[in-house]
Amino acid sequence: MPAVRNKGPGRLLIAVYAVFAVGATSRALYQILTKFDEAPAAYVLSAFAAAVYVVATVALTRHGAASWWIALAAVVVEMTGVLVIGTITVAGVVDFPADTVWSDYGRGYLFIPLVLPVFGLLWLRRTGRVLNR
Amino acid sequence: MVDFLAYPIIVLSLLYAAWAMVAVVRDQNPREPFVIGAGVVELLLLIQMVVAFVAMIIGDGPSETALFVSYLLFAVLLLPVALFWALAEKSRWGTSVLVFAALVVPALVVRLQDIWEGVGGV
Repeated sequence: MPAVRNKGPGRLLIAVYAVFAVGATSRALYQILTKFDEAPAAYVLSAFAAAVYVVATVALTRHGAASWWIALAAVVVEMTGVLVIGTITVAGVVDFPADTVWSDYGRGYLFIPLVLPVFGLLWLRRTGRVLNR
Repeated sequence: MVDFLAYPIIVLSLLYAAWAMVAVVRDQNPREPFVIGAGVVELLLLIQMVVAFVAMIIGDGPSETALFVSYLLFAVLLLPVALFWALAEKSRWGTSVLVFAALVVPALVVRLQDIWEGVGGV
């Protein structure tokens, strides 16, 4: 019996991830295509965040052990990203010329970027138990 | 932009979210009335899109056209995709997807208004 990550609570989790994947990707594309020169570092980071959300969404949707590990890696990177970028921007260590999803711990997105990886990890732990049996 | 549509969409979408939330609490599947409800909100979103395109063609649109159009398309596609995703899950979690989507719609409409009026950057 494979772990079913896209059923039950996973249904909602994937929906939230998908919205962030689409939103972050289109935003990063727009930033890079129209005004990359304004803030290259921030926009590259935007694109990186978008890629993380896309990978997490796809991996959560798919069955199998490999996808579980990929999802775990993506969610861990996501959590690290939001904590590091959140801390840097809140503390004002580096002057970030433009906003990203993870700036100020995702304040511009109701802090969903901050809590999303927590639920992601909880869900992976729960489905992982089935997987490793 | 189209204030006369934005407010009804926001209010209806929030009502729909609250209604679906009640169903989640009562452990109900995403049932047929929710499809119809989503259809009503979707209809308004489609009208908003048409009105926005007409306004952009005949008059002055937002300066960031590409950004505006991408949000417009996102807003129109969200509910149908969410329904598709929600209906395949025969539990309260299917209904919860509808709650989430219905809460994203007002956020998108507010962003559309901002972009149209040229408020803030990305």
